[in-house]
Order: sequence, then C-alpha cells, then structure tokens
Amino acid sequence: MHKKLIVIGGGPAGLAAAVSAVENGLSPEDICILERDSEPGGILNQCIHAGFGLHRFGEELTGPEYAGRYIEMAKAAGLNITVNAMVLSLTEDKKVTYVSPETGYVTCSADAVILAMGCRERTRGALNIPGSRPAGIFTAGTAQRYVNMEGYMPGKRVVILGSGDIGLIMARRMTLEGAKVLCVCELMPYSGGLARNIVQCLEDFDIPLYLSHTVTAIGGKDRVESVTVAQVDENRKPIPGTEVTYDCDTLLLSVGLIPENELTRGAGVPIDRMTNGAFVNQNRETETEGIYACGNVLHVHDLVDFVSEEAAIAGRAAAERILGKNAPAVHSVAVKTGFGVRYTVPERIDIPAEPTEEVRLFFRVTDIYKKVRLTVTDDRGNVLVKKTKSAVAPGEMESLSLSGDVLKALTDAKCEFITVALEVL
Amino acid sequence: MIYDVLIIGAGVTGVMTARYLSGKTCSVAVCEAGCDVAMGATRANSAIVHAGYDCKPGTLKARLNVRGNKLMKEIAKELGVHCRAAGSHVVGFGEEDAKTLKELYERGLANGVPDLRIIGQDELRAMEPNISAEASMSLWAPTAAITCPYGLTIAAAECAATNGVDFYLNFKVTDSSRAGDIYYISNGEQTIAARYVVNCAGVHSAEVAEILGEHDFPIRIQPRRGEYIVLDKTCGGMANATLFVVPSSKGKGILVSPTIDGNLLIGPNAYAIDDPDDTETTTPGLSEITEGALRLMPSVDIRNAITSFSGVRPTPNIYDFHIKNSEQLPGVVHAVGVESPGFASAPATAEYIAELLADAGLKFTDRDDFIPTRRKDGNPKLFREMTDEEKNEAIRNNPAYGKIICRCETVTEGDILDALDSPIPAVTLDMQKSRNRSGMGRCQGGFCSPRVAAIIAEHENYGLENVTKRGGGSWLVVPKNTAKGGDEA
Amino acid sequence: METRELTCVVCPAGCKITVTLNDGKVTDVTGQTCPRGKTYAVSEVTHPVRTLTTTVLLEGAANGARTLPVKTNRPLSKGLLFAAMEELTGYTVTAPVAVGDVLVKDFMEPGVDLVACKTVK
Repeated sequence: MHKKLIVIGGGPAGLAAAVSAVENGLSPEDICILERDSEPGGILNQCIHAGFGLHRFGEELTGPEYAGRYIEMAKAAGLNITVNAMVLSLTEDKKVTYVSPETGYVTCSADAVILAMGCRERTRGALNIPGSRPAGIFTAGTAQRYVNMEGYMPGKRVVILGSGDIGLIMARRMTLEGAKVLCVCELMPYSGGLARNIVQCLEDFDIPLYLSHTVTAIGGKDRVESVTVAQVDENRKPIPGTEVTYDCDTLLLSVGLIPENELTRGAGVPIDRMTNGAFVNQNRETETEGIYACGNVLHVHDLVDFVSEEAAIAGRAAAERILGKNAPAVHSVAVKTGFGVRYTVPERIDIPAEPTEEVRLFFRVTDIYKKVRLTVTDDRGNVLVKKTKSAVAPGEMESLSLSGDVLKALTDAKCEFITVALEVL
Repeated sequence: MIYDVLIIGAGVTGVMTARYLSGKTCSVAVCEAGCDVAMGATRANSAIVHAGYDCKPGTLKARLNVRGNKLMKEIAKELGVHCRAAGSHVVGFGEEDAKTLKELYERGLANGVPDLRIIGQDELRAMEPNISAEASMSLWAPTAAITCPYGLTIAAAECAATNGVDFYLNFKVTDSSRAGDIYYISNGEQTIAARYVVNCAGVHSAEVAEILGEHDFPIRIQPRRGEYIVLDKTCGGMANATLFVVPSSKGKGILVSPTIDGNLLIGPNAYAIDDPDDTETTTPGLSEITEGALRLMPSVDIRNAITSFSGVRPTPNIYDFHIKNSEQLPGVVHAVGVESPGFASAPATAEYIAELLADAGLKFTDRDDFIPTRRKDGNPKLFREMTDEEKNEAIRNNPAYGKIICRCETVTEGDILDALDSPIPAVTLDMQKSRNRSGMGRCQGGFCSPRVAAIIAEHENYGLENVTKRGGGSWLVVPKNTAKGGDEA
Repeated sequence: METRELTCVVCPAGCKITVTLNDGKVTDVTGQTCPRGKTYAVSEVTHPVRTLTTTVLLEGAANGARTLPVKTNRPLSKGLLFAAMEELTGYTVTAPVAVGDVLVKDFMEPGVDLVACKTVK
C-alpha cells in the first residue's frame, strides 16, 4: 500500500496538518490520517474546560468544541480518518506499520509523513517518589479521563503534586464534583500553570498552592491513606521538620508532559534533548527528509491554538514537497539559545533564494523574569529583532518573527547561526 | 471434597509444587492470601535464575539451586515463557575481592555449577563495555539466566489449573484443625479439607506453621526488604549479563541487570523490617541503590528511571532452607525460610517436596494425560510476540486483537480478554499487568489503566467502582455523586 | 471603605490590581497596566462570573460514550456554580445530540443556557 501523505495522529495537530495539506493542493484521497482512539480529536475530547480557540477562532471554546471544529473542517475537506489505528513502527524510508480491527496489521509507505502523536504525562516513577504503591495515585490526565469520559471520581480527598495546567484544571473539576482538594504543591518557586488557571481553579475555591514544596511520603497499603508534603530548599531538597501529613485517598500528579517520540526515535530521526522532540526547520521538517512533526510531539505547547498554527505549517510544507512546489534552500542558519532561553522551535532555518515569508521563532524562557527584552542576534552580535515584555514565565511560550528581508540579509552575510536571548532590564 | 494435598501459598515454590503434583495421580488445591499468585517475594526480586555458586557446598539450597537452574529453563520452554541464559558476573574491584571470587569459584565447583570461569579485566570489558574502569576481574557464570519470575509463576499456575489444581485466591489462612487424618484449613469463612498440607507461605511461613499447630516452631522469619529501580528500555542494552558486586553478609549486594523485557534493573539494598507486607520504597534507599549501581556502571543515568519497587524476602534465623516433614504434625511439609536462591531452586524444591510427601505416606504415580502447557491447546501468545502473519490471523479471527489498549507495551484488547478468560481470571489491574504488561511501560498506565478497567468491568458485568488495582481495599474510582470529600464525609 | 487585591487574568503579565470600594461602589482601581485590566477588576469585584463546564450522563450513544461535555453559553454568577452542579446531578441526555444544542434554557439564571459541547450520534 502507498499513500502520498500519512498523518500519524488525529488530534488537533494531525487534523490541522491534514486540512492544511488539502488547502495547499493535495487531494484528500492521497492522505491517510491514522488515529489510535475510537474517535478523532485527541486529548481535547477529555479537556472539557473552556479556554481554547481565542487566537484561532476569536472565541473561547471548550476542548471538545475546538476538536469538533477541526473534525468538521476535515470532513468538509473530504478527508477520511482511520480510527482505532495504532502505528507500531515508522522507518527512515517512510514505511508506516499500523494495526486496527478493521484493517488488520498493515504496512503502508508514503512520500511524506507528518508526526502528530502528542505527548504523555510524566509519572511517579520518573520522579522516584518514595513510599508504598497503593491505588489512588493518578496522573492528572488519567483522573481527567475517569471524571470526564468514564463518569467516575478517582477519589474524595485529594492532594495534587505539580501546578501544571492539567493539575490546576483538575483541582477545580474535582472540587465542583464534590471532592475536597486539600492543596496543590509545586516543587519550583513558581507555578508552571497559566495565571488565569491559578486564579480560576485554585483561588476561586480557596485551594492553597504551596510553592517550593514536594511530596516526601505516601501512606496506605491498598489505597492511598495519607500524603506527606514538605518544603524544599533552593536545591529542591526537602527541609526536615517542615513535613505536613494530609489524610487523603488520592494523589494527583501534574508534573509535566513528555512528547511521545518512540516512533520518531525508531525511525532514527534526531531528537533535541531540550524539547524532547525532533530537530526541525521552519517548515517543521525533521532532519529526516519528508518526515515532519508538529504539535505536542514536537514540543509541549500551552495553547492548542499554537498547535494548529504549527500543524498548518507542517501540512502545507508536506503538500508542497509532494507536489514539487517547495523552494529549495540556498542557505541554512542554526537557531541557538542564549541567556534565559531554554529552547527554540525551529532549531534551524533553511532559507530559500527569495524568502518572502516571515519565520516565527517560538521559545520558552528558563525562569520567571520581570521587565525583559527578548532579542534575536546574528553571529556577529547584531540585533535582528527585539521586543520588551513586562513579565515572562517558563509556562508561557514566547515568540519573535524574522521577516523575509532579514532572512535574505542572513543569506547574503553567510550568517552561520542566530541566537535567541533574554536581557533583564 | 477432600483434597490429597493443600498447598498454602502461591509463590513460586507453592506453584511449582502444584504444577509438579498436577502431573501425578493426586488431587491438589492451592490457597493464597493475595488476590493473585506470585504476590510476595516472587513478585519483586532480581528476576535472576542464579547459577548456584554462592551457596555453601553440602547445603540443601546449593543442591536445589543448581538443579533448579537447569529445570527452570526447561519449564520456561514448556510454558512458552522467555528465560534467557544471559550469564552473570560477580565483579571484583582490586586484590581484596580477588580472594572472595576465588572462594566463590571453588564453591561453585563443589556445587557442580557448570562452565564457571574467573576472567580478567580485558575480557570483562569486552563482554561488558559499560562496566566501571575500576572493575578488575569477574567470576563468570554463563548458566545464570534472566526471566520474569511472576510471569513464569503465573504460567505454571495456569498449567496446574489446566491439569485440575484448584486455586483459592484471597484466602488467608487463619485457622486449622485436624480430625482423623484430615486437615481442615480455614480463612474464617471457608474451609478446605486435605490429607496433606504443604506450607509454602514465604514471609508468613513461620506464622502459618504455628496456625497449623506447631509448638515452639524453631524457625523465625525476619522480613528483609530490598528496593529496586527500573530504567527505560533505552538503557536495557547497557548490561549484557547480570552484574553483581562481591556478596556480603547482607546478601548479594546491589546489582545491575538487563531484564527479560529489555529494561535495566538496579538494586536491591537489604533492610530488616517489622511488617512483612510493607513494600514501601524510601528516599535514602533509592539513593543507596543508585550509588551502588553507579559503582558498577558509572554511565547509568537515573533520569531514565520509569519506576521503583521493593520486595520482602523471608530471611530465616538459619543458613539453609528449612524444607522438612513436620515432626509434630503428620502429613505436613514445611518449606520455610526459602529466600534467595528460592526462585532458581523452585522446580527442584517441588520435586523434593513431592519426595517428602511420599515419605509421609502420599501415594501417587505419573499421569499420562498431563498437559505441560498453560492451556489445553498450548500456550497463548501475546499479540506483540506474534509474527506478522499470526497478527493478521488473530485480528481476522477476533477483531479485539486489532485494538491496542496499552500503547507503550503494545497490548491489545484481545490480550486483555484472553487473560480474563484464562484458568486464573485476571480481574484486577495488577493481574492484567503481570500477564500482559499493560500499564508497565513508560507512561505507567496513565493512558491504558482507565481502558483496561473498563474492559474488566464490562467482561465481569459490573460497574467500574468494583474494579481494583489488586483486590482488597485498592479501589480505583467511586461513582460521581458519592464523592463528597468535605469535612462532613 | 474596603480594598480588594486581585491577580489580573486578562493576559500573562498577571498584574496585581487593587480595587477600592465604598458602599459596594468601585471608587479606585490601581496596579493594572492596561484598560482591559480595569474592566476585568471592576467586573470581578462587583459581579464575578464564570463559565461552567462539566459533563452530564449520556444514553444511547452509538460509540458507547457515557458522558456528554456541556457548558453554560454565557458566564454564570460565580456564587451559583455549586448549586448548578447540584442541579445537574443525575441529569441525563439521550443521543443524538449536536454541538450547540440548548439542553436547558435559562439554566440557573435568565439568559444563560446549558448547551452541548459535542456532537454525538
């Protein structure tokens, strides 16, 4: 079997990529979208809260509504989505092996592949939280699945470790459903969640947020019976004597997301240690020709709107490549991180002979800073673009754009790399 | 019904004994306090079939270990369970250790361990490129093997059940009485009658001996906990064989070992604890085993840890296993204090227990209809272990095999339903996990556990609130409108 | 005279805004760095509202789904959130249902409807 384009994942990234590929001239019959769940939409189906779509649709939607918009767009574009189809392997030469009850065990080759598998949650094991191993320890997303999809409550008295957005959302969700959320504790001195979630999910319900705190013990044999929380020092080590034990039956973990790149690694696609996603150029093409990546499998986003935007770039680039409309690069510039910047996407810009479009660099800062200037400089130290911000935080993605003219100048100057950095004013 | 033999405890020793006796002309039952077989020391250990060089020559455990090592590989093959002779090194660091390695080598020879060799630094490094530069030599035992101890035990239990052994799970022995030559063993609600009783209750075996009616039972069990960390499969290839340090009085020390499933295992430490069911892990403990592992292999990156666990070994107050006919209770055989190498020894222990039962008067001959596999029609295959053709055929016959439930370990709905329909139905999350690895991968069940729970609930025709992690009070969820957690609750 | 401290949620800056009230009337707003912050702060101290999103029971879904995500089409008075949840206990919708369908008109407050967030066949 052969398809021109295989999109792995039918969540917000995969759907937006496929829709964009059709918009850019590829026939929907040439595209295969493989979705592992029984319906498209990905994790948005269980994110029933509002806050999606302000950038993309100019209105505030819930997760299922946002997914629904893209499912409708895919339908309108004539796209067919294969559900219950789990991809088991991907090779460097773009052979995709998947399995589904309807199709059986199938290998299909493609001219281009778009990776849109999303991410998974970090678990207790990755944190090595000591204690016994009772039932009642869930990642926030698993708890969300139980409450929102299965209609059951994973517990009655809850402690949450980690102030990531899903943890905050679940604090509110479980409170509204009648559970008592005793506290949210966060290892870092700041929260990784959006400010609006701290206000609307915690402060609204008087749920305390303890910064610089972690879980030091979990009690209970069959089911969680208690969780002990302690303050940590500047090296994030628990401070003896600060322990407080809560009687509870549930511990939720909201301690970060990891792009799900097992297939990517299997295909030998090089991975950026900072993003845990593939190295990509501005078209979201990985270092393996014809394999693209977008959405949370590339780097963890905080807004789905940016996922759609990124996926549209990948979908368009894949279509142009398949249709032979892509402009070859005449020069490549590496994107490096400077002070205060943890990672950038893309990591490389491949500049065509006549760059007409701007390239938007997305990045995350390393810490909370007030009053900063964000800059992109060339390899001689010239500032190419800058903007000032009153506050930045690791939980909120930043971006700076380079115009076609700037890119042209970089080619002319044979610039090897540019650097994204932060300056505290 | 009156059974010929009741085995108390479904750890590897009890289960191997049940399987062995299920090939004989006698009726057998097994009772187990846990909700599954292999719930004690068999579940959480180093997953090694030891070669047999470190037991003192002349002891029962030396004899059973060396024979068990050979039998275990044969049984694993019969049951379709992976068991690989990856070998083991006892790694020496400098002159001090050279002496100990020589002693172990001599012991091994006396015990009849085949193909033992002491090798030098160059050969060691060629075999184990990631080993510490400080490691100067090793005792190489090619017969040591890695397997999945509970997987093998579950498979053996299914085989025993297929051959007619009755399993009573969630049956914690609390009472025993005797009338005529029949023992009545009870959990307070239900009673099992049997002519012969085998005590394989692991860490609880001394207690069980007393419940059975032993006065002044001489063996005392000190529960000793060992903690482990499992690293992601990306690290599985860092060690080719099991790497030990030289043993001390506390045990075999902290090892680094590949697992049969391709992960890397490090641990254990060893601490005496009071509560034999206390399988906590601790911050200092996990640091200790990390440091121990780094000594053997400095390039181990603990950030690749996917989970930690601990197991409790039944350490007796004597050196050897106590596997004997009771002096006070006719027809009772005790297998007490069976700590390491109890797993490797188990198939040989089973034969030995059968001899002791015969000595006590049990009459049996070989059955000619014994089924050596897990099911009547052979050994079931997990989807991920099938060939491409087998996969397609399985999906054609049953579309549930085309639906992946656990992404990390490629477990299908068909695999989960097969475990539910097996001779020992897997009705808890942990039972499923130990049969098909669902929930055991990188995401640790984050994605699949709600789905596995839903499949169990549907198959058993009850609500999700009845599904547990591992029986007892290990509930997962409650129906929505009962979840009041405020101070009034 | 009364003062209220708020964290503005209009943008990521998270300005700390102080609102001064006299007899329930806003007399002063300080700390914000943009006009949107002022609007938010005034609304937040005089009549705080929140959009309620939750799930209700679903029957008859072709794909076996057990729950339907729902929301209020306009924000609800913040004080009514728990009462609204109580109101929805046991509330069941039968498929098919389409995104945007009004399930309960004037739910809890006039002009605020409970609507379906997903199309289920």
